[in-house]
Amino acid sequence: MTINTNKEGEKLTIIPEGRIDTVTAPEFSKAIDDNIEGVKDLVIDFEKLEYISSAGLRVLLTTQKTMSKVGTMKLVHVSDVIMDVFNITGFVDILTIE
Amino acid sequence: MEITLPATIENVEKVTEFVNAELAKINCPAKAKAEIDIAIDELFSNIANYAYNPEIGKATVKVEVQENPQAVVITFMDKGIPYDPLKREDPNVKLSADERGIGGLGIFMVKKTMDSVEYEYKDNHNILKIKKNI
Repeated sequence: MTINTNKEGEKLTIIPEGRIDTVTAPEFSKAIDDNIEGVKDLVIDFEKLEYISSAGLRVLLTTQKTMSKVGTMKLVHVSDVIMDVFNITGFVDILTIE
Repeated sequence: MEITLPATIENVEKVTEFVNAELAKINCPAKAKAEIDIAIDELFSNIANYAYNPEIGKATVKVEVQENPQAVVITFMDKGIPYDPLKREDPNVKLSADERGIGGLGIFMVKKTMDSVEYEYKDNHNILKIKKNI
């Protein structure tokens, strides 16, 4: 997978491309951890994401818990396939999806 | 068609590619393909993490395409410790972020997205069979 990050002041945008699965979830997690310091506005752009498995959901949950304390986190460009995953797992109620 | 290889996390991708090659032959729709790929990730990584821990054993993944109605059947086999993932209690998906753990979410997704999931322990093998109607 490829992960693009864009940080402007307190705003961080993360754009993962490919799949977030057991193999790649640690990379996704690291991309967030490496850039999250001082961030109050986190945007995760799923436009180029094929799918996400439970390993990736674990990262989203952890990150959501962190961001809830210091600012906001939102997901944009979520495809139908990934929306189904969020619906099935109840993550639709935990995450902010635009 | 089947593939036998060491059950390691790194090999999840090989199994996914192997199955996707079969899915391409039947023009599997993108949504079903994504759901199958997620199921492979959840089930094969479970075998990699737990079946032979701390050793590394082998696993076999078999793909069959059924006709009328068209369906893909994928069977995961390993000789690790007997484990029926279907016995695991479903997670409570109504809890808030702070209350939630993440355990059991993978197999729960597989159960929800596949048309059938069956487990059997036979001849010293864990046999998990998933079926997705296409």
